[in-house]
Formats: sequence, C-alpha cells, structure tokens
Amino acid sequence: MPTQDEIYTKVSATLVEALNVDEEDIKPASTLQGDLGAESIDFLDIVFRLEREFGIKIPRGELFPESIFSGDPDFVQNGRVTEKGLDELRTRMPFADIEQFEKDPEVSAISDLFTVEMITRYIQGKLGK
Amino acid sequence: MRWIWIDRFLEFHPGKSAKALKSLSLAEDIFRDHFPGYPVMPAALLVEGLAQTGGILVGHANDFKEKVVLAKIIRAKFEREVMAGDQVLFDVELTHLRPEGASINGRVTAGGLLVGEAEIFFAHLDQARSKQLFGDNNFVFTGELKRLLGSTQMTKGAPAAAPVSG
Repeated sequence: MPTQDEIYTKVSATLVEALNVDEEDIKPASTLQGDLGAESIDFLDIVFRLEREFGIKIPRGELFPESIFSGDPDFVQNGRVTEKGLDELRTRMPFADIEQFEKDPEVSAISDLFTVEMITRYIQGKLGK
Repeated sequence: MRWIWIDRFLEFHPGKSAKALKSLSLAEDIFRDHFPGYPVMPAALLVEGLAQTGGILVGHANDFKEKVVLAKIIRAKFEREVMAGDQVLFDVELTHLRPEGASINGRVTAGGLLVGEAEIFFAHLDQARSKQLFGDNNFVFTGELKRLLGSTQMTKGAPAAAPVSG
C-alpha cells in the first residue's frame, strides 16, 4: 500500500491534468472550487482519473456527494447546517474535515470541504480496505 | 449547414470502439470562408467529428436513452492540416463509461498520417433536470445521427454496424 505522501503526489498530478493548474499552486488545504477553479463537470473527470490512477472504483456520489441535504429543513436552517446535518456529513463524508467546517457551518461553505487533503484521505481509506 | 461531420461508420464495436470516415469536399460551406484559395478543415470541426463518432458510441452503449453532451475536451493536439479532397478517418476508443458520463480517446488520420489526437469527456445530462427543461425528447440523438449507423449497413464493402434500436 502506498504511503500518504505517495498518494498525495499522485492526487496532485491528477489535479494538474484535470484542472490545468500548476503543481506549485496545489497545497493540501487547497479547495477544488475556490482555489483550483474546478467546475462541476471537472469532478467527474477527476473521478475517472483517480479510478485509473489508483485502480479503484469510486461509486457515484461517494467522493463528491451531489446533493447531501436537498433542501431538508432538518439539515439546514437559515443558511446554516444543523447538528443533524453535521451528523449526516460525518456519515456521508468521513474523510472530510468536518471539525473545521462546524466552527462556522454556512451551507454555502460546503464546497470548501472538497480539498486536496480530503481526496488523499478518501483514497487512503479506499486502498486500506 | 447540416451539423453532421462524419459520413459513414467503417467499424462499430458496441461499448468499445468505432471508426468513421469523412470525405472533405470543396463544395462544403465551410470552405467558402475557411479560406478562399486555401480550403483547410478547421481543427475544431475535426474535434467535432471525433465527438460525433464517440458520442454515438457512448449513446449506443445505453440504447440512446441518455442525452450525451460534450462536456470537456480534456486535451487536443494537431500535427498537420487536412484540405478539401482529403479523406479523414476518426478512430475512437471508449475509455470510461459510467452512469454520469463517459470519456473517449480519439485519433484523426488522413492518408495513413496522424492529423491529431484528442481526449473527450461526455456527460449524461441529469435525468431529472433535463426532463424539466426538455421533456422526454432526446434532442441529442435525433433521427439523423442514429440513421447514420443504419446507413452503414447499406453500403457495400463496409462491415455491418451494430443494430440500431429505438
């Protein structure tokens, strides 16, 4: 099994190709949309490349869930994610850094959960199984 | 101008690969302006030819039920020009196929020489959203694109294409 560093290096290389960014712009905490300019269509491209690069299968919505809350008032109130919503996030995305997010759980900031580090942790979990 | 940039399928291996032919004629509208006295095929339309060859391959894999749209040209590189009078071959290989979309690798050749290569990514338009916007009509695979597969079977010398359903 590759080390975390090896996985991170491969994930970075994948993002360089998929998003046409420079390698030096990629940091572990870089957000895919905010920092690296990913658009929705790029997410599927990234999934294809990760599958090929690591020889894994990534089921639909597992790495990048599409609509987690779908407007459910139990999960989101006044533009903020509720406790129940945070629990849902922990269940659906155990590889994401929810601790950081829950300090200020603005629903609009959910896309900031998608970082280079998050993908690395996801792959690590996947390969460890 | 009819938006169809392949003339005929030469090979069609469902879910795997396809090869299509396009003969460039000086009578085509594009050569009036591109360019007078220098009828060169725009590379963007060669990419479209690959996308149509690949798009039909992707569409066929799901029985033409999905709306397959070109989502992203991952890379495209061209080595040489093709002109009116040339016969262009589009060789396409399906590299990924998933419920959300697909990707292909394509090569363009003419007279045995490499013209260019591209990797193209297709998305299946979100079922729920597309229904809301366009209803049940599959505007991507209208009669013409699907008929193209069938017409291949009518031509002599060309290997039979896969049956077209729907």
